[in-house]
Amino acid sequence: MHSLIRTHATEFSLLGVIVVISAVLSFATANFLSLGNAFDLLNISSVNIIFAVGLLVVLIAGGIDISFAVAASVVQYGTAIALGWIGGGGWLSGFVIAASLGVLLGCVNALLIHRFRIISIVATIATFNIYFGLLMFFTRGVSIYDLPDWLTDRVILFEREMPDGTWIEITLPVLVMIICVVATWTLITRTTIGRQLFAFGDNPEGARRFGINIGAMQFIAFGWLGLMAGIGGLVQAHYAQEVVPNALYGRELDVLAAVVLGGARLGGGKGTVLGCVLGVLLISITQNGLNLMGVSPFAFKMIIGAIILIAITLSNTRLERLLPFAGWKGTRR
Amino acid sequence: MGHGSMHQSASAARTDQPLLSLRNINMTFGGVKALKNVTFEVRPGEVHCLAGENGSGKSTLIKVITGVYRPAEGAIIEYDGDVYPHMSPVTAQERGIQVIWQDLALFPEMSVAENIAFHEVLGRPRLVDYSRMRQIAIEALSRLGITLDVDLPLKEYAIAQRQIVAIARALVGEAKVVFMDEPTASLTQSETDYLLEIVRGLSASGVAVVFVSHRLAEVLEISSRITVLRDGALVGVYPADGMTQSKITELMTGKTFDQHVRARAKDDQPVVLDVRGLGSPGQFEDVSLTVRRGETVGITGLLGAGRTELALALFGMLKPTSGTFSIDGREARFASNRDAIKAGVAYLSEDRLSLGLIQPQSIADNLVIASLHKILSGGLLADDRKRSLVARWIADLGVKIGHQADAISTLSGGNQQRVAIAKWLATDPKLLILDSPTVGVDVGARAGIFDIVAKLAESGLAIILISDEVPEVYFNADRVLHMAQGRIVGIYDPHQTRLEEIEAAVYA
Repeated sequence: MHSLIRTHATEFSLLGVIVVISAVLSFATANFLSLGNAFDLLNISSVNIIFAVGLLVVLIAGGIDISFAVAASVVQYGTAIALGWIGGGGWLSGFVIAASLGVLLGCVNALLIHRFRIISIVATIATFNIYFGLLMFFTRGVSIYDLPDWLTDRVILFEREMPDGTWIEITLPVLVMIICVVATWTLITRTTIGRQLFAFGDNPEGARRFGINIGAMQFIAFGWLGLMAGIGGLVQAHYAQEVVPNALYGRELDVLAAVVLGGARLGGGKGTVLGCVLGVLLISITQNGLNLMGVSPFAFKMIIGAIILIAITLSNTRLERLLPFAGWKGTRR
Repeated sequence: MGHGSMHQSASAARTDQPLLSLRNINMTFGGVKALKNVTFEVRPGEVHCLAGENGSGKSTLIKVITGVYRPAEGAIIEYDGDVYPHMSPVTAQERGIQVIWQDLALFPEMSVAENIAFHEVLGRPRLVDYSRMRQIAIEALSRLGITLDVDLPLKEYAIAQRQIVAIARALVGEAKVVFMDEPTASLTQSETDYLLEIVRGLSASGVAVVFVSHRLAEVLEISSRITVLRDGALVGVYPADGMTQSKITELMTGKTFDQHVRARAKDDQPVVLDVRGLGSPGQFEDVSLTVRRGETVGITGLLGAGRTELALALFGMLKPTSGTFSIDGREARFASNRDAIKAGVAYLSEDRLSLGLIQPQSIADNLVIASLHKILSGGLLADDRKRSLVARWIADLGVKIGHQADAISTLSGGNQQRVAIAKWLATDPKLLILDSPTVGVDVGARAGIFDIVAKLAESGLAIILISDEVPEVYFNADRVLHMAQGRIVGIYDPHQTRLEEIEAAVYA
């Protein structure tokens, strides 16, 4: 148990912060602490969690991606158009198209990074601009509202009225999110490829000496994020019941903050799916609570920024790392 | 080799048939011949030392043997009954050739088990079998007689244990020969002794160990034969029996060094540093010492004896809780090392690579970093002033460089250290603290560093010389202080005491 707390310190402190914030919110507002609201939160957070677990894989492999959110927008448009061509399609064809487009866009990043040796932040800032520019240019900023009915109809998998009068419902986005979370967890903790990703992110030179295929690592990491971006994009279109070209613009930084909050390290080799999910939830809960408290939306960003700083300071650092000259403490025995 | 008959006592039972034999090894990098017709052989179960200065071709040779580099046409690598024109990393590992790189190539965020059984995650994609990995790791560690919590991330362990993990990993794949590149560079004496014990154990169990180390004392202690390389060419293969450190040094450098005690009494000089009862809980206690103008005071002791912490306190980077010290009679109360620099204290860090120099930056920028105020002109940095300041120190300390603008990382260890010293001299210090100035510096270049130290003392600088190699302080300091567990436990005059006495006290 002791070593579990030691190795999962980030998750435990995040959980602690979530409990504290929830307690405060349940006193401050009447509606926060209800099952209905909890499931609402899950429904709202699903898309971000899907993005987050994708980004987690890239961060673990030592990269970073700024482009995935606008890539998801590109996927939404591409999928909507392709579904039009094939005469409507259905969930299966929708997911296949969205996933393939997403993987393709992810692989563009991997190609730039691996083949042309561009560092990932620069490569993905470039593709972020290219994807978004192309999207705005070709759509002239026009949204799509006439999506197929199957895509815009809410799919409720489970619903029930609670004794307190609220409804709990599990919708399709939650199911997709759970599948993505489990798949990512399996990939990074249960498969040899996942462990190679960790090793590559932790010590690229060490991984190279073991003969790990560095190119494959980049393509798997960015391809996986592309896959998640594609799936997340389709789910977001379903949830919003429309495709708006700049709907996801700016989402990348929210998700990145949540993932880092969840203990993933910029620089690679570290991060867990659980931490990642908790990171997204912490931000959603805060946002939701502020909403219920009637706080001005203009204050949201500021408060969330502060919470990210506090949570990261608490969770990501041991005390000595907060002090200057932390480096030499570590090198000493 | 012709030396076979000279060395049989230790391994009479073993065959003298080499396990690994290389002939005709040539290697060229961008027109520079890194290996010239090198021959090398290792016998089963022997501990063989590969000696040579930096750049002599040791690492290149290891990389040829392990398949990282492909030697020029005509090379013959004979290993365990097979002949190869060159190796590949996969073949080398499969055949039981293992390397423990100096940087260990470990994965600090991953568990000990994964680090040891890392081969389990290589190859075709499949699910990970954690229980198998744990079992492999525990077995490998128990072969070394060690228990570690294999589930903890490796970063939770200190460098010595990580070294053990690297060795355990090498043993997993039925190793026949293990190359160890500077395995003791960052270990304390007791950890080193422990490692050497493990090496002996490996050798006894039939695993050959090729040992690369700068520390000649342990080379002589552990190995049965020594192959010496110089400038990419083979100098010779020698039995360790009857070898001495100075003989190896001569063979490695092609020069002879005569070491003599340089100590001279400086009692007539004014006191620069006066330390009284200085202490910091858990680090050092009740330390009193004086350093006079032009005097070099050596401080030796094992790693962790509080030497570096004392130096950091004098340099304002660690606040002592008791006692006082003064510089030139003025009591020093440093809030930070900026105050210390202003008061005339300079501290050359023990860790040149990560703390002392900024590796990707130019020689010139590294040299002026601590004295930028001197090269200002109208509040801005003046290039011409920088150039002349750098040129002066480069000439003064005899640093061999191409251009001032070259990255510092292009210089050899010895020349880097000279630049690091110049950086501090440019601040016009009264007291210079040199913490392990020869770590990672070739034997040949070490003498040059100490010549500079002597010259600086001659010019009136007060110097504290810290080293865990007793001979360095013995031959180069005017007085030798022995620190242990945070206290000064012995003061020696090199003219009155024999080196062996001090060594016995320090390593006891």
